[in-house]
Amino acid sequence: MIPVFEGWGMSYEAAWTVSTIAGILLIALPLMLAVAMVIYVDRKIWAAMALRRGPNVVGPFGLLQSFADGLKVFLQETIVPSAANKGLFLIAPIITFTVALAAWAVVPFNSGAVLADINVGLLYILAVSSLGVYGVVMSGWASNSKYPFFSAMRAAAQMISYEVSIGFILICVVLWAGSFNMNEIVLAQRGHGLGIVNGFVFNLLLFPMWVMFLISSLAETARAPFDLTEAESELVAGYQTEYSSMSFALFWLGEYANVLLMCTLNAVLFFGGWLPPLEIGFLYWIPGFVWLLLKIAFFFFVFSWIKATVPRFRYDQLMRLGWKVFLPLSLAFVVLVSGWLMFTRYGA
Amino acid sequence: MLQAFAFYLFAALVIASATFTILARNPVHSVLWLILAFFNAAGLMIIIGAEFIAMLLVIVYVGAVAVLFLFVVMMLDIDFAELRASFMKNFPLGIAIAAVLLAELVLGIGAWQSGGLELGTASGEAAPLLGRSNIESIGALLYGRYLFLFESAGLILLVAMVGAIVLTHREGRAVRGHQDIAKQIARRPGDATVNTRPESGKGVTL
Repeated sequence: MIPVFEGWGMSYEAAWTVSTIAGILLIALPLMLAVAMVIYVDRKIWAAMALRRGPNVVGPFGLLQSFADGLKVFLQETIVPSAANKGLFLIAPIITFTVALAAWAVVPFNSGAVLADINVGLLYILAVSSLGVYGVVMSGWASNSKYPFFSAMRAAAQMISYEVSIGFILICVVLWAGSFNMNEIVLAQRGHGLGIVNGFVFNLLLFPMWVMFLISSLAETARAPFDLTEAESELVAGYQTEYSSMSFALFWLGEYANVLLMCTLNAVLFFGGWLPPLEIGFLYWIPGFVWLLLKIAFFFFVFSWIKATVPRFRYDQLMRLGWKVFLPLSLAFVVLVSGWLMFTRYGA
Repeated sequence: MLQAFAFYLFAALVIASATFTILARNPVHSVLWLILAFFNAAGLMIIIGAEFIAMLLVIVYVGAVAVLFLFVVMMLDIDFAELRASFMKNFPLGIAIAAVLLAELVLGIGAWQSGGLELGTASGEAAPLLGRSNIESIGALLYGRYLFLFESAGLILLVAMVGAIVLTHREGRAVRGHQDIAKQIARRPGDATVNTRPESGKGVTL
């Protein structure tokens, strides 16, 4: 976009600033809309699986339900508990929300359609998603209340545990793609399965990695069956207990933006991102972001399917799965993948 | 212009948040200011073109180490007034440590300027490895020229980890609620239940 603005007679720096701001708006506004729609879709899917109707009153098929909820929440009063640490209490949801948006800067929507095409893209996502835990921990502590605090402790331990194995899984992908750049990772998946299908998931060594990544991304975003941070039977509503109005809504939006990000990562890292699923010429006529959106929608369906059907883990089971199953397995696969690549690609 | 603006923004924020780390009355606030300082230091790293180091700084320090800091500080109920009372007692020690750090900094910059280790050029720029990305050049250095130093650093960390596990591991302590998932899955209704039809008045023996 920079050359376009430069063509209008701007200096490079001005063009850069304007095009970056335009890019941010181009990503953030549709993302917010997507989050609103995705909450509706989520509720509809649970309803369908529980043989209910789900939201069907506001707008056609209940499509405007999320906007009605948003308006309601916006008009409510923000209540700050008197014993709370006021500054941190209000900053915490802002951090969750900002961090959830910031990670989208490096997501490739089409060939070259990235806001920041940096060569450490995947590391950036890892770094930003590791910041997400601060929103939860700060809100839990600043609320100065029992259940939010327990929830914050749980969230911190859970997110750190699963980030370790996610790191190793991503290393396998990076080894195979030979780059940290998101676009190059997508391009490396072209014709990966015998030249017919696009995506690392069709690789025998990387398929188990994808299964682990899907489960870890559920744990990382604290979705069911790993939603121990907001387990309503034990912790009321977890770290959100004391929140109301817009600060509550920011948590909600950030959480769903994170879920969408994890769906996107599944699509980009293992299912070929904006590439069509099959390596056939005419499929490339359909623009790349349509394929990416379809893949994200598929993964989001899987996420809500899991939420509707799987019972919640116990906390020790969650820790056991993270440290005793995923960590050794992913470590073993790092050795396997790098050994195989040494043997076939970089050998002799 | 943009670079200068970003530099002064990050640098000012690092210094300000480092100052507030010391000045904050609440230890949790202190840790949070420290995290902000880490984060802005990562921003400075990006400006000099060391984006890999910057990302690692955020992932390792901000994402993992500082969370554990925060964890511990939140759990401990530190009486800060008591800590403040002993400020004057520890003042000479603090000054001594600060002096050592300053001397090390001066020494380090001096050694770098003289260009002995070939870590970088003496003019104050990073070592130019043209046509390669940051990660590739770091990888080439770490796994090429400094392979043995790098591996021995890894070994030292491994020993430290084993040591920590040995210190905390207690042999023979009864493991409460240990779960054998394979056993649970292999269990069938027939293993746990019996279907009997006792005669009336006889009851069942268990």
